[in-house]
Amino acid sequence: MANILELSNVTKTFRGGVVAVDDISLDISEGEFLTMLGPSGCGKTTTLRMIGGFEYPDSGSILLDGQDVTDNPPYRRPVNMMFQDFALFPHMSSAENIGYGLKIAGVSRGEIEERVKRMLDLIELPDMGARLPSQLSIGQRQRIALARALINNPRVLLLDEPMSALDAKLKETMQIELRHIHDRIGITFIMVTHDQTESMIMSDRIIVMHAGRIEQIGSATELYDHPKSAYVAEFLGTSNMIPATVSKDGSSLMARAGDLSIAVDDDGSGIVEGSVRSLFIRPEKIRLLGDGGVAYDGASVFTGKVKELFFSGNAVRIDLDVGADRPLMVHHQLDTGLEQAGLPMVGESATCSVRPETVRLFDIAEVAAVEAEGVGA
Amino acid sequence: MKHKTRRTLNFWALFSAPALWWGTVLLVPYLIMLSISFYSRQFPFHVPDFQFGNYAILLQDSQYYDVLMRSLWISLSVSLSAFVLSYPLAYFLAFKVRSERMRLFLYTATIVPLWVSYLLRAYTWKTILGSEGILNSFLMWTGVISEPSTIFLYNQGAMIVTMAYIFTPFMVMPIYASLEKIPVSLIEASKDLGAPRFMTFLKITLPLSMPGVLAGFTFTFGLSIGDFISPILVGGPYSNMIANVVATQFGMAMNWPLGSALGVVLLFIVLGVITASDKLERVGRLNMG
Repeated sequence: MANILELSNVTKTFRGGVVAVDDISLDISEGEFLTMLGPSGCGKTTTLRMIGGFEYPDSGSILLDGQDVTDNPPYRRPVNMMFQDFALFPHMSSAENIGYGLKIAGVSRGEIEERVKRMLDLIELPDMGARLPSQLSIGQRQRIALARALINNPRVLLLDEPMSALDAKLKETMQIELRHIHDRIGITFIMVTHDQTESMIMSDRIIVMHAGRIEQIGSATELYDHPKSAYVAEFLGTSNMIPATVSKDGSSLMARAGDLSIAVDDDGSGIVEGSVRSLFIRPEKIRLLGDGGVAYDGASVFTGKVKELFFSGNAVRIDLDVGADRPLMVHHQLDTGLEQAGLPMVGESATCSVRPETVRLFDIAEVAAVEAEGVGA
Repeated sequence: MKHKTRRTLNFWALFSAPALWWGTVLLVPYLIMLSISFYSRQFPFHVPDFQFGNYAILLQDSQYYDVLMRSLWISLSVSLSAFVLSYPLAYFLAFKVRSERMRLFLYTATIVPLWVSYLLRAYTWKTILGSEGILNSFLMWTGVISEPSTIFLYNQGAMIVTMAYIFTPFMVMPIYASLEKIPVSLIEASKDLGAPRFMTFLKITLPLSMPGVLAGFTFTFGLSIGDFISPILVGGPYSNMIANVVATQFGMAMNWPLGSALGVVLLFIVLGVITASDKLERVGRLNMG
C-alpha cells in the first residue's frame, strides 16, 4: 500500500523547553486506521496537531501524498480534524455546521444541501439538520462533528480523543460504529487516545508513545502479546511483573521466584544465566487447574495459596501467594455462576498452568522505572 | 407551613435593604420627575397640575427636536468610534497576548483611566486639541502647518473624540469578555475546514462576540446620550446635547416641568435602547445555546 503520510524526524519543543515530540519518524499507509496511544504528555496530541497544521515542527518534515505540507496552515492541507470538544459552531444549525467546509470552498447551494443530506444519512441523523448543537445530545454532537470533518473528503481524518466526552455505554457503541464508518468510506483515520482498550478495538495499527518518542508500532495483537518493552507491556492491559532468577534448561529458559518455576521461550536476546529479570505474565493467561482442568502441553504448572478473591461479575481476580516478592494476579473468566465455578477459597491452595510463549522476561531496572512512572497503575 | 413562613422571612430580611434603596433613590425620584413633567409653570414657580403642555412644547418647538437628533447622532458616533477602537484592542488582548501577566497588565491599563475623574480626563483633551495644545505643537514642529489651528477644539468632532476616549473601557470590557469565552477549538475548526484567517473572523469570531459588542454599544450609547460635561468643555457652539438642555431648564431657565418632560423622554430613549439590545441578545443567546 502506498504511504499517504510520512513524518520524518519530526521534533517539537514548546516554550519553556519541554520536548513534546522527539525525533519521530512514521509512515502511514492509505486507508488504515492508526491510533496513537499513550498517557497525557507523551506527545500524541502534539503529533496529531502537527499533522493537522495547528502546530509546526521545529525540525523534520511532514509529507502528504509526497507533498511537503510541514509549514502549511490548516486551511491549506487536505486533512480534517474531529476535535475533542467537537468544536461545533454554536450559532449554526447542524446542517450549516456540516456544510461549512463546502460553503467556504464555494460549492453551490444545491450541491451543499445534497451532500449534507448524504452525510446526515451516513451518521444516521437524517432529521437533525435544523437543530442547533445546543439542542443535541452529546452522542448526536459527536456524529455531527464527524460528518463535518468528513464532508470535504479529506485525505486523512484526525480524531482527537473522540470518545472522551461519552459515557461508557455510548462509548462502546460509537467505537464499533466509527470503525464501521471507516471501513465503509475508506478514508485514512488517525486517532489519539489514552484508552488502551479503545485503541485495540478500533485500529489496524497502534503507536504506543512515551515521552515524545515512539515506543512500539504494531497491530493490537503484536503489541498485547509481544510487547517489545516493559512500558508497552504495562501500558496495554494488566500484567504481573515478578522478579525471578533465570536459568537455562536445555533449549528454553526457566524463571524461578519462590515456588514458581516457569518455562519461558528464549527470544535469543542473550539472557545471562543466573541473572535476575522481571517475569511478565498476563493474569488471564494463567489457567486454574481445578477439578478436571488439564494443563496445555509444555505449560508450566505451579501451586500457590489464595490470598484474596475479587468478584467483578464476569470474572474473578485471584491473588495468589507463590512465595515470591509480590502476589501473582490471576484473572479467571466465569462461564458459570460463582458457586458452580468450584474456585478455591481464601487460604486454600490453587494449582495453575501457564504456557511458555505467553511469558516474557524484561530488564528489572526498566520495569522499576516504568512502575515508578505509575504506568498502568 | 412554618417552613414556608421562615423562608418568606429570610427573603425579606435579605432583600428589604436593597429594595428600600432601590425604591428611595431610583423609583421615587423617577416618579417625582414623571409627576413634575405634568406640572404647569407660573414664572418663576411651577404648580402641581396634570396637563400635557410640556410635552406639547417639546413636539412644537423644533429646537428640542434638533437637540435630540444631535444627541442621538453624537451618541451613535461615539459608540461607533469606541467600537472601532475597542474591538481590535479586545481581540489583541484575548487572542494575541500569550503571557497571562502581560494580558492582566494591558487590561488593567485599559481600565485604570476609570479611576481618574471624568472632568480631568475631559480637560486633558483641551490640552491636546487646543490652539496651544500638543496636537498643534506637533503639527507645527513637523511643518504640516505654520500657525496654530483652531479646528480641533470646540466642535462636535472634539466631543466625539473625548467621549469615545472616556467610554472606551465600557466597550473593551464586554467585548473582551465575550471574545475570551470563545473556545480556541472553534477557530481551529474553522481553519481546518478551509477558512483562512479573515474568513474565520467574519464567520466565527465576530458573530460569537456580538453579545459583547451589543453590551458595549448599550453602555456607550447610554452614557453618551446623558453626557453634559464634554459639550461644555470641548463642544463649543452647536454642540448642546439633550442633557445640557435638561440642566438649563432646571437651572437658569427655572422651568422644572419642561426639564422633567425632557428627562422622561431621555429616560424612555435609553430604556428603548436597553430593551432592543436585550431582545437582540436574547435572540443571539437562543441561537448559541
